[in-house]
Amino acid sequence: MFSFHKTPRLLASTCCGVILASMPILGAAEQTGYYGYGESATDEQIAAWDIDVRPDGMGLPEGSGSVDEGMAVFETHCASCHGAFGEGMGRYPKLAGGDGSLTEDRPEKTVGSYWPYASTLWDYIHRAMPFFAPQSLTDDQVYAVTAYVLNLNYIVEADFVANKETLPQVEMPNHDGFIWEDPRPVVNNERCMEDCKEEVTVSDSAAGKNLTPSTTGPLDEGITE
Amino acid sequence: MLGKLRRLNQDASKIALEESERLPSEERRRFLRSGLFTAGGAMVGGALAGIAPKALASTQFPPEIPPWTRTLGAGVVTDPYGVPSPFEKDVIRRNVPWLTADKVSSISFTPLQHLKGIITPNGLFFERHHAGRPDIDPQQHRLMIHGLVDRPIILSMEDLQRFPSVSQINFIECPANGGMEWRGAQLNSLQFLHGMVSCAEWTGVRLSTLLQEVGIKPEGKWLLAEGADGAAMTRSIPLEKALDDVIVAYAQNGEALRREQGYPIRLVVPGWEGNTHVKWLRRLEVGDKPWMQREETSKYTDLMPDGTAHGFTWVMEAKSVITSPCPEMPLKNKGVCQIEGLAWSGSGKVKAVDVSVDGGQNWQQAQLREPVMSKSLTRFSLEWKWDGNPALLQSRVIDETGYVQPTLAQLKQARGTNSIYHKNAIQTWKVNGDGSVVNVQLS
Repeated sequence: MFSFHKTPRLLASTCCGVILASMPILGAAEQTGYYGYGESATDEQIAAWDIDVRPDGMGLPEGSGSVDEGMAVFETHCASCHGAFGEGMGRYPKLAGGDGSLTEDRPEKTVGSYWPYASTLWDYIHRAMPFFAPQSLTDDQVYAVTAYVLNLNYIVEADFVANKETLPQVEMPNHDGFIWEDPRPVVNNERCMEDCKEEVTVSDSAAGKNLTPSTTGPLDEGITE
Repeated sequence: MLGKLRRLNQDASKIALEESERLPSEERRRFLRSGLFTAGGAMVGGALAGIAPKALASTQFPPEIPPWTRTLGAGVVTDPYGVPSPFEKDVIRRNVPWLTADKVSSISFTPLQHLKGIITPNGLFFERHHAGRPDIDPQQHRLMIHGLVDRPIILSMEDLQRFPSVSQINFIECPANGGMEWRGAQLNSLQFLHGMVSCAEWTGVRLSTLLQEVGIKPEGKWLLAEGADGAAMTRSIPLEKALDDVIVAYAQNGEALRREQGYPIRLVVPGWEGNTHVKWLRRLEVGDKPWMQREETSKYTDLMPDGTAHGFTWVMEAKSVITSPCPEMPLKNKGVCQIEGLAWSGSGKVKAVDVSVDGGQNWQQAQLREPVMSKSLTRFSLEWKWDGNPALLQSRVIDETGYVQPTLAQLKQARGTNSIYHKNAIQTWKVNGDGSVVNVQLS
C-alpha cells in the first residue's frame, strides 16, 4: 500500500499520459478489493463512527469525570427512569444493589451484581443513553456517569475519577461469574417412542390466570400486569 | 383514453344496475344500499370492503347466489401495494403490555396460529426493537467495514447491491421466546408463547464476500456488528461464523427489508439468537477479541442456579410446537383431524418430529413437509382421530445432529428457572372435552 502511493508520483514525473491513465488499474489489486466498489474509509470517518470500547480500554477517548460530577449528570438525565440511586423505576432497569442475589429465587442483575466489565458501562452509556436522547452526552459526562454508577454499587470510592487509564483497571465484583463457552446441549435425550413415562401429571395451567392479551380484535392494551 | 375508460366504466355500471333489476325486490334494495354505486353510476373501488361484512351476516351459501358474483369488484391498483382482506383483520402482530416498560424497547409476536407453510409474511414478522424503529433514508445510509482489515471501505446501498447476491431461507428467533414460562404456565396463546420466531427468504451479500473484499489481517478473529438505531445495537461474532453462512441482507421475501427488520440492511446470522442479527447495520469491525458489549454480557447471558452465567450461547437449539390445535385454534369436531406444527433447529436441518397425544408417554413420527432446509422453519403434520376425550398434545423435534428436544422438567433441572433465554422445551397443549386447548406444564 505504501509503495502504491509512491509509485504514481514517481511515474507522474517520468511517464507519459497514456501510462498514467492505466495506473488506477495497475494499482487496483493492492488498493482496492476484487470488486473495488465503494470508497476507502478515511481515518477521520472511521474515528467518528468507531465508538466501541473493549474491556482492555481500547476505544476509550480522552477526558474524565468524577463521581460528584456524575451525580449531577445522573440526576438530570438518568434518574427519571433509573431512580436517584439506581434503584430503577417501574420496569426500567435497576442499576445498583442485588449483591449476592444471583443464586436467590429472584436474582437482581445489576451493574454491581452482574456486569463483568466496567468498560461495557462506558460503552453502553455512550452509545445508547440517555434512553430518550442517545449519544447526546459529552465524553466527560459519560466518564462521570460511569464513575457515579460504579460508586452507587460500592465498586469505586467517592473520590474516583474515571478516565481511559483508571476505568480498565476497575475490577467488577462478578467478573469471574461468567463461563464464555457454550456448555449446551445440557440435556441429552434418547428418542424413546413407547412407554416413555410411568405417569403424566399436569403441574400448572395457564387457564384462568388472566395474563393473556386478546388475540382477536384490535390490540389489547387492557392487561397491564 | 381516459374518456374511453370512463365510458367502459359507465357501461359496466349500467350492466350491473340492469342485473340488479333482476334480483328479488328486497335483495335489490340491499344491493343498491350497499354502496357499490354512487349517484353518478360509477363504481366505487373500495366499496367491496363495505359490502362484505353485510354479505356474511346473511347466508350466501347454495342455493343463494352471493352479491359478489353478481357485481363488479374493485379495479386493479385499488390497493397499489396489496393488503390482506379485511376479514383477516385479527391476523396481526400483538404485544404483551405488561412485559416491557415502553413499546420503544419491546417485542411483538407473530400470529403463528394463522400462518401456513413456513414463510412469515413481511408484515407479520415479529419485531424486537431496543430503541424503536428508525426510518432510514437508504440514500443517506452507509456501511463501514474497518478494523483489522487491509482496505477499510464505506459502501452505499447501491454499492452493496452490485456484489454477487445470495438468497437463503432462515428463521430468526429471539432467545427470550417462551421466556415468561420458566416458572409456570402463564400465557394461554400460541402467539404469545412462541411468536418470537419468524422465517423469511433473505437476499443479500455473503459476509465472506465483503470480508474478502476488505482483506482480513491475520490477527483478525472477531467481528463487531453495529446498528444505526438509537440503541446502536452491537454484538461480537467470531469470524468463523461470519465467514460461514452470515449474510448482509437487503431483501426479505423478494422485497426490500421492512423497516422493522432493519431497512435498508441487516445481518442474518443463520441459526443464531435473534439479537445477533443486527438490524439497520451501519458498521462491521474486525478485531482480535470480543468487545463484551452490553448485549452479550448483562443481557443475552444465561444465569444458572449456582450463580454463574453462560455467555456466548449463540445457537438456537432445536424446538418445535404444535400450531393446530392450539389455544387460539380449538378442535371443533370429533373425528379425524390434522395435527400441524412447526419445527426448527439452529444446528441444521430438522431430521424428524414426533407427536404425542398422551403427554409424552408414547410418540408417533409425524410427516415432514417439503421443503426441509437447514436453519429454516419446517412444517410437520400428523393425522389424528380425536375421540372427544381430554388429551395432552406434544411435539418433539430431532435435528440432524441427533439432538432431541428436551422436556421443560429436564431443562429446569439443568438450567434452573432464572436463565430467561433459550427455553426450547416441549410445549404441552391440554385438549379439553369441549375441544378447547390450554397451555399446561407437566411435572
